[in-house]
Amino acid sequence: MTSSTFSAARPAQIRWHPTVVRYAPVVVIVLALIAIWYVAAVLMNRNIVRDAFERDEIHYTTGDLIVGTLSAERPLLPAPHQVIQTFAEDVFGWPITSPRSLVYHSWVTLSATFVGFLLGATFGIILAVLIVHARTLQKSLLPWIICSQMVPILAVAPIVIVVLGAIGLRGLLPKAIISAYLCFFPVTIGAVKGLSSPDPIQRDIMRTWSATPAQIFWKLRWPSAVPFLFTSLKVSITISLIGAIVAELPTGAQAGIGARLLAGSYYGQTVQIWAALVAASVLAVGLIGIVSLAERWVAQLMGARA
Amino acid sequence: MRAPDQATREGSTASSPEALAVSAREISLTFQTADGEVEALSHVDLDIAEGDFVSFIGPSGCGKTTLLRVIADLERPTAGTILINGVTPEAARVQRHYGYIFQAPALYPWRTIERNVMLPLEIMGFDAAERRKRVEQYLKLVNLSGFERKYPWQLSGGMQQRASIARALSFEPALLLMDEPFGALDEIVRDHLNEQLLRLWNQTKKTVVFVTHSIPEAVFLSTKIVVMSPRPGRIIDIISCDFPRDRTLEIRETPEFIRIAQRVRSGLRSGHSYDE
Repeated sequence: MTSSTFSAARPAQIRWHPTVVRYAPVVVIVLALIAIWYVAAVLMNRNIVRDAFERDEIHYTTGDLIVGTLSAERPLLPAPHQVIQTFAEDVFGWPITSPRSLVYHSWVTLSATFVGFLLGATFGIILAVLIVHARTLQKSLLPWIICSQMVPILAVAPIVIVVLGAIGLRGLLPKAIISAYLCFFPVTIGAVKGLSSPDPIQRDIMRTWSATPAQIFWKLRWPSAVPFLFTSLKVSITISLIGAIVAELPTGAQAGIGARLLAGSYYGQTVQIWAALVAASVLAVGLIGIVSLAERWVAQLMGARA
Repeated sequence: MRAPDQATREGSTASSPEALAVSAREISLTFQTADGEVEALSHVDLDIAEGDFVSFIGPSGCGKTTLLRVIADLERPTAGTILINGVTPEAARVQRHYGYIFQAPALYPWRTIERNVMLPLEIMGFDAAERRKRVEQYLKLVNLSGFERKYPWQLSGGMQQRASIARALSFEPALLLMDEPFGALDEIVRDHLNEQLLRLWNQTKKTVVFVTHSIPEAVFLSTKIVVMSPRPGRIIDIISCDFPRDRTLEIRETPEFIRIAQRVRSGLRSGHSYDE
């Protein structure tokens, strides 16, 4: 009764459809970014295009110049539609087993990412378990773990490849190891935090039941750590993708998104570089999506509020 | 890591009429903190007979929770001796002589109510059939039948605390240690749970040690009230409270109840506990 009185008293207001309300901010931001990108493309590429026109002594208008900047073959900054077009051609234009297919390259990188992520996450969790259970290990291990993350991976990657190559490891595994090296750190930090998250009462109650350390770990510490772990895994899986790409750069890899980036920069194929970057972002979004789905599924099993 | 059988036998032979559930002599406990030493307990002597309902009452910092934790082997006294059912607190803990109920329900949020109650049974190695039987039995005892598959967050605070009581009872300890279990609940729920707790104590014939800072709660529940005072934590009065075991909330209106409550209050005052 009162609510209808109130709304009647109000001045007429435009009521947007909920879908509009929900997506409008996102759409506005995307459109703004694309607009800025186009402007930047015109500004950055105009010298190249102008030089080309003058070299060929072609008479040109401002319109010609703008069209030229957005369709140059080797622009400094390719326009969005060029990137999308090349991306679509590279993805759909070739059989997925062809070395010209972006799907093929993505798979090469993705397989190293998966193996690296599994290695890194396992290693990270084992480290965390050790750290939580032994104070001396916390003091002796943690500085090294932090140091390991300060070493520039681009400097270490070739060494790792050479050393592993000398003992006969080539191909996927060295890349996975570099990827694991980069991605274990957030898992360790998150797992340490999670495994020590049970409050004193929860630990005391285990003590009143004379629970063994193994029981305390599996029935209290591990389930408590799960939410923390998933937050870390989301960070970690994108890092492991970056790790796999970075590992392809200094090693002269023949395939993979890193190899695509490298080839693109050798031959000045900026559009190809950007298309590979788009592929990397799509992969990253997909990977985070998979982890998020797993997180939601596990949370449901563990009785989280809907 | 089980204590020898002999200790168990000593514990069980002690069940003669005047057997002691807790016997403390000259207990002192000093904590080392950053600000120096804190004397949490000083020369505490206390006997608790089997079947008693004993309340520790006193202001914050009087050591009542510490004393309960000493009984539970969650703290070690720095001096004195203490026996629980005739054995050391550690042996009593390892032999699962007591169930401990904390201020917070401390249910594990990822377990359903029935799996929370089952947790100590899993840890103690009861078989699956026995676990199911006992969970059903004790959830019924605390009036939580029908909530087996709910998660803790789906229950009210009072129901959660009842679940934690069922959990402490599930492995059938002779002694219940309760640390302000209803402190966080509103008075109506608290009254209701107090009545239920009395009924449960009367039915199961357990010994209960109950920490509180509510005078009416202590007088209503107890057969014996231990009044404590802080700095250093010590016992200043022990008051017997001879209401029938099946007492109801109405006794709170009787002159006897008011007389005991007054004695508790004056004991607390003489401890200078409200000076600062």
